[in-house]
Amino acid sequence: MITLHVNGQAQSFDGDPSMPVLWYLRDVLGLTGTKFGCGVAACGACTIHLDGDATRSCQTQMSDANGKSVTTIEGLDPQGNHPVQKAWRAVNVPQCGYCQAGQIMQAVALLKQTPHPTDADIDSTMYGNICRCGTYQRIRAAIKQAAGA
Amino acid sequence: MTQRIREIVSMAGIENVSRRGILKGILSTTGLVLAVHVLPSLADAAPKWGGDGMPHGTVNNPLAFVSIAPDGTVTIVCHRSEMGQGIRTGMPLIVADEMEADWSRVKVAQAPGNEVKFGNQDTDGSRSTRHFFMPMRQIGAAARMMLEAAAAKRWGVDVSDVQAKNHEVIQKSTGKKIGYGELAADASTMGVPSNVSLEKTGAATAVSLPLKDPSEFRYIGKEGTNIVDAFAITTGRATYGQDVRLPGQKYAVIARPPVMGGKVASFDATDAKKLPGVVQIVEIPAPSYPMMFQPSGGIAVVADNTWAAIQGRNALKITWDDGPHATYDSQAYRAAMEATAKQPGKILRSEGDFAAAYANADKKVAAEYYIPHNAHATMEPPSATCRIVDGKAEVWTSVQSPQAAHDLVAKYLALPPENVTVNVTLLGGGFGRKSKPDFAVEAALCSKAMGGAPVKVVWTREDDIHNDFFHTVSLERLEAGLDKDGKVVAWRHNSVAPTIFALFMADPKHEAPLEQGMGLVDVPFAVDNISIENGEAEAHTKIGWWRSVSNVPHGFAIQSFVAELAHAAGKDQKEFLLDLIGPARILDVPQKVKNFWDYGENPEVYPIDTGRLRAIVELVTEKAGWGKREVPKGHGLGLAVHRSFVSYVAAVIEAAVDEKGNVTVPRVDIAVDCGPIVNPDRIRSQFEGAVVMGLGVGLLNEISFKDGRVVQSNLDDYQVLRISDAPRETHVYITPRGYDMHMGGVGEPGVPPVAPALMNAIFAASGKRIRSLPLGGQLASKA
Repeated sequence: MITLHVNGQAQSFDGDPSMPVLWYLRDVLGLTGTKFGCGVAACGACTIHLDGDATRSCQTQMSDANGKSVTTIEGLDPQGNHPVQKAWRAVNVPQCGYCQAGQIMQAVALLKQTPHPTDADIDSTMYGNICRCGTYQRIRAAIKQAAGA
Repeated sequence: MTQRIREIVSMAGIENVSRRGILKGILSTTGLVLAVHVLPSLADAAPKWGGDGMPHGTVNNPLAFVSIAPDGTVTIVCHRSEMGQGIRTGMPLIVADEMEADWSRVKVAQAPGNEVKFGNQDTDGSRSTRHFFMPMRQIGAAARMMLEAAAAKRWGVDVSDVQAKNHEVIQKSTGKKIGYGELAADASTMGVPSNVSLEKTGAATAVSLPLKDPSEFRYIGKEGTNIVDAFAITTGRATYGQDVRLPGQKYAVIARPPVMGGKVASFDATDAKKLPGVVQIVEIPAPSYPMMFQPSGGIAVVADNTWAAIQGRNALKITWDDGPHATYDSQAYRAAMEATAKQPGKILRSEGDFAAAYANADKKVAAEYYIPHNAHATMEPPSATCRIVDGKAEVWTSVQSPQAAHDLVAKYLALPPENVTVNVTLLGGGFGRKSKPDFAVEAALCSKAMGGAPVKVVWTREDDIHNDFFHTVSLERLEAGLDKDGKVVAWRHNSVAPTIFALFMADPKHEAPLEQGMGLVDVPFAVDNISIENGEAEAHTKIGWWRSVSNVPHGFAIQSFVAELAHAAGKDQKEFLLDLIGPARILDVPQKVKNFWDYGENPEVYPIDTGRLRAIVELVTEKAGWGKREVPKGHGLGLAVHRSFVSYVAAVIEAAVDEKGNVTVPRVDIAVDCGPIVNPDRIRSQFEGAVVMGLGVGLLNEISFKDGRVVQSNLDDYQVLRISDAPRETHVYITPRGYDMHMGGVGEPGVPPVAPALMNAIFAASGKRIRSLPLGGQLASKA
């Protein structure tokens, strides 16, 4: 039996311990804000916080999450008003929006580590998060706006 | 399907004789039933343009699009698919403005696939706003008139004494006001104004409704409109096709043939069935040919969750019969295209005497440009969910073409059309991939096999990369002769690329008019001796629309070649380009070229205007400081211009090449003349994105085939642009135009000039000319 906290709530799981956390969140708990993009940790769409660290949920097995605390985009802020979320809306970052939950989760982790990131900091930390619509310029702008808030 | 294919072939401008041949070909090679008797009317039909020329045309009925709740909330239907272009914001914004609704009190509802009710829903071709700006305005104006009529009736005054303004109707003589919510019930009984045609009207057809004067627009053309889905997206609450969840839902993952045209020879699912969570194995029938939008066939594993379905698929033992395309090899195919391009091709446009002028030229330049297949790689891999209850199928999916999905699902399930509903979710990217609803059919077939239980088909990224409808592969050969003053006196372009229409007809060898019209035959240069040709090429994989389609290879080749000619002539690229374009004039290409296709638009409404082309070059070069801006050593500026989707776009790119051959892009300036506009922020965002996508084409994207199979598998080996490669600055400029001009496209036209501007910049920076995309390691120092 695997036990963990998801967005502050205690959960238990007795299925396949090798199941990626991604599919547990999406198919079992119905938390579909965490997106499936590649399944091989190459795109960042599935980024969550595992004990506070930005983590690719597609490459994190349930057994690795045992006893840990998962935060998803749904749990980032109860009102959806985390400064990064607000900055994303102010700058009108999203186009299709599919990658943006992962981008936001990664950006929140970046700002926690580096409250005032340079362009180089942003590029190196956000490198793993692909946006096929090409919103990168606005992602940089939104991160800087959130950093200034 | 029949109707749809007929329409697609018709829209592509394929000539009448071959059109009959095509449909005969489909008849003879597929089991799909086609009503061949509908054909003669096609040949006789008067040409229809723009929105009128699309299946089901346009609709301007306010009752289909607008509803008002007693609390005043106005719900406006968006009938086009949202895939990042901002259409769920833009279309309702037009209606809201024209009906004097307060945007903060507007909700947007997504239409299911129903083109009879809403008009054409094919969200591709950069035409949603182009075709529906006027119908949306008419809808808004009609709704406003109905509200005014209701208020006048209630107050017992003449309608001329009332005016709708910002969610209220005001009596002009007294200043008395009443809100839209209070009027809603009455307004709905007022009847639609008699001068609104409930039948289809052309996008540009004048209807005698009192439309607002553009000077009174509150939202159209204005800054400050945020996208309607911003909150849902940033909080993880937005629903894409992959996110659909129904009670009791199962999940399916499908093993598809690795080669187009392949099928299952035999399979053993014993091990798969033993896995926990695996529920059922479903055989998806092999398609008949041509492929059209059919699923590829294969074996589906249905399970309790996606992970179990993936594990189940991994445990399948399948022997494939690869079929006739098992030898497709990108390296060999490229060599064959190069050989073809050197031979004379089918003449598409000929003026003067190219051969003589080229033979007598002072300087001859020839070059070949190659672009491999590309995958769409939408961030959301394809997905669809279907449930069948009491003979009624309901589908939820992220498609650009809900009506096509609807028709195809009905056909495969053998259900009457009225018993099928296709609900459109948000699309996690489209770029043309999700115009093909093959995955919706897969979900329908899985659900049917499960007795109608809800089943979601999930494509993994590998499924997506291996089974895409790929961007074509292309080899463009250009030859030009210069006179002693460096003026171009002879121009030959031989384009070789397998056609999209191999999806719809048996073994076509040439680009269709739709592809030829994308920057090939309409080359806008003032050269006396021109030969535009098209060599033969066969398709050995599924080829489909990919953001801006054939404009990518044609634009890359032509705009790279212009820079090469400027260099050969010892001239500045901008001055050389403007001289080559020649004076401002309207091109006679539509008259000269047989079956010329210009994005389905009327050449009289959308003339090919070299004045606009020149002006956009002037705008972008001025903004970028062309000829004035100093760039550091190792940096260079490159220019390109391209007209597509009846819009004019030019880009100046600054590239930096370091001593190791690494390329970075410090700055991009891109300018567009797309006619009048609705939402400037979403135009800028489309061009910012097109720059990123175009740089990906130039630097990274490549799909290759070996033994008929796609070599790449996922986003680790199919490389797309990441934030570290994105330009440090992208500046977008929009030519201001009045609303008396017709609108051009926005979603796609930003892509074509990017790769050539980049390669021209790399040449300026390094002296190295890149003619084969992607750049990859071509500049890497060998030391």
